[in-house]
Amino acid sequence: MDGDASQRAYWRATLRLTAVLLLLWAAASFLPGWFSDPLNQVVVFGWPLGFYMAAQGALIVFLLIVWIYDRGMTRLEKRYGLNDED
Amino acid sequence: MSSMPALFRRLGRYYAFYATGFVALIGLLALAEHFGLTPRWIGQIFLFATIAIYAAIGVMSRTSDVAEYYVAGRRVPAVFNGMATAADWMSAASFIGLAGTLYYAGFEGLAFVTGWTGGYVLVALLLAPFLRKFGQFTIPDFLGARYEGHFARVVGVCAAVLASFVYVVAQIYGVGLITSRVIGIEFEIGVFVGLAGILVCSFLGGMRAVTWTQVAQYLILIIAYLVPVAILSYKVTGVPVPQAMYGTVLQDLGVKEAELFTEPREGAVRALYGQRAEDYARKIRELPESLAIERQAQVRRVNELRTQGAPAREVAAAERLLRDMPRTPDEARVKWERARQDSLARTEPPRPHAEAHPGADPAARDSARNNFIALTFVLMVGTAALPHILTRYYTTPTVRESRRSVFWSLLFILLLYITAPAYAVFAKWEVYNGLIGANIASLPHWVASWGKVGLVRVEDINGDGILQLSELTINSDAILLLVPELAGLPYVVSGLVAAGGLAAALSTADGLLLTISHALSHDLYYKIINPQASTQRRLVVTKSQLLVVAVVAAWVASLRPDSILFMVGLAFSIAASAFFPALVLGIFWKRANKWGAVTGMIAGLGLTLFYIVRTHAFFGGSMANAWFGINPISCGVFGVPVGFLVITLVSLLTPPPGPEAQALVDCVRLPDLHPRRADAENRL
Repeated sequence: MDGDASQRAYWRATLRLTAVLLLLWAAASFLPGWFSDPLNQVVVFGWPLGFYMAAQGALIVFLLIVWIYDRGMTRLEKRYGLNDED
Repeated sequence: MSSMPALFRRLGRYYAFYATGFVALIGLLALAEHFGLTPRWIGQIFLFATIAIYAAIGVMSRTSDVAEYYVAGRRVPAVFNGMATAADWMSAASFIGLAGTLYYAGFEGLAFVTGWTGGYVLVALLLAPFLRKFGQFTIPDFLGARYEGHFARVVGVCAAVLASFVYVVAQIYGVGLITSRVIGIEFEIGVFVGLAGILVCSFLGGMRAVTWTQVAQYLILIIAYLVPVAILSYKVTGVPVPQAMYGTVLQDLGVKEAELFTEPREGAVRALYGQRAEDYARKIRELPESLAIERQAQVRRVNELRTQGAPAREVAAAERLLRDMPRTPDEARVKWERARQDSLARTEPPRPHAEAHPGADPAARDSARNNFIALTFVLMVGTAALPHILTRYYTTPTVRESRRSVFWSLLFILLLYITAPAYAVFAKWEVYNGLIGANIASLPHWVASWGKVGLVRVEDINGDGILQLSELTINSDAILLLVPELAGLPYVVSGLVAAGGLAAALSTADGLLLTISHALSHDLYYKIINPQASTQRRLVVTKSQLLVVAVVAAWVASLRPDSILFMVGLAFSIAASAFFPALVLGIFWKRANKWGAVTGMIAGLGLTLFYIVRTHAFFGGSMANAWFGINPISCGVFGVPVGFLVITLVSLLTPPPGPEAQALVDCVRLPDLHPRRADAENRL
């Protein structure tokens, strides 16, 4: 069954994308909190870096992750012929 | 086929018109204030005008179609669903509470900022597109279909009702607080006025009405949140973009803090509070004699004042003190212990705003760091498991739109959360520079007016006539509401902030009430008790459930349970440990079966509740029972992994799920093959 194989490949590619982005999410979420002391030694435009990452940096990374996921999934859908939009 | 872009354009026009109208209303009121309109009228016009708008949208979108009532006909464009989700998500706690939390907790409060936004990454990657593909009405629907039968569905209904109910009580409480403060009516009446505001949208039009009102509410709440702090930023830095400018203010604040915290008079005031705490400790030790001595002393003072012919005001104050004295030794013990704790807290030297994980010794610092990480984790996973948020992603036309809609939700939510830390820093800057060190006799008049309602307190303990930092108390929930007055802005801005807070509380309450009533009427009544029920009967049951739940929630809120904030935290842990493992494994692991899911949900939820009861003072527990020093608010950090573990183990020990459940997993993993065609079928 050709469709089945292609669907399995699509799902594997989805899982790869999800895993990479989840890793990025975990890094942005928990590293600034854990390493806040050394990060706070660096000051950027008045913000201690640890404070900035937890207050703004991580949030911008989250938004990027969600955006990349939508773009990536749309591309995957096209490659595996699962989307007839556009 | 062209119905979607046309709908999108029409909606865009409506809401642009509406937002312009709202801004014009603000301008008009500002003008009227200039010509002498009183604050009381401004507050009332703001509240009634906005509630009237919500009611009008609610009545216009009334419906008796099942798909319209439960999921707004599945044709909400991504951007608008994003706004509705943002309003649904940002509650009174986010709008009013967060700035105050950040003001007091500094860096530690940022766990809420990252936690409440990072959860949307999990929603986007692990849940939203798959739930949209599944395309039913509620979260228990998915559990019932994926885990074959009513058992998982019923557990889901219980957890959904439990988590949403504690949350909705907190919202209605917030509504009561705002209406009673702004219009000046009794709190209990305020609760029921707010309830009427909530019901006009959700009762007639269900999800459809709630969606379109929430978009309107989002616009109001974001304007109300951004305007005061932008003006304040302009005043302090000359640039009205607080999100970009508060870094420099934070640096200046650090210098000011260093100066203030080492000031000798501040130290003297803290020492005085230390003495007072010891004094209370001694009086508690010497009960009941100490109470009798206190009372005699106060009686003597009253008599002295009378015989000396002191002013009537002083005599009355002394008499009131005598009246308010504890009547029994037990009462005195409770009251004095609270006063002792309060004084003790003021002896602590304050911490710099940007310092991460403060603590007296390395162990305390480590514990603070662990709690910070745990809280971030629980808030994220809880976000990705709250049923009222997840059901919003059933309302988009396609899987792809649901993915995009998470992006828009996060963007709209981000606007508020990125601003909240700026609020805290600017407010602190104003307080440290404008109030501290000022002459107590010439403090701005709002200090007295907020003092009357008990939200601001000033006590000149060292009698030097100058306000020291430890002598000032501001209630954490009052910080945001105070900012307009701190910055010396006209009252119209305060009225705007109140309208924004009301919008935040009402929109969240609407979403939660719908979730509860749908879980009861759709999952419990239609799917389990009476599957033959007609469409009309189902809607009648839903609407009556909604009414009952709303009235019960308002009744509980009017009792003023004082542990409201703790209950909101609890809702996140409950949702996280009950739903997240079962939903995620249901999509990503085909082998997960009914028994695994049911035992895992119960085990995760059970452990969470057990930990809370053992560690939280409200249930008679104590932190001595804590594991790794984790606070009860973050208890989901244990419940979630246990949920995953139990589902995995039990699933492997029992037979795999049947072919139907496996086919369902295959189906949700694929996007809709013909989104346009599906859209055409779903149209209207």
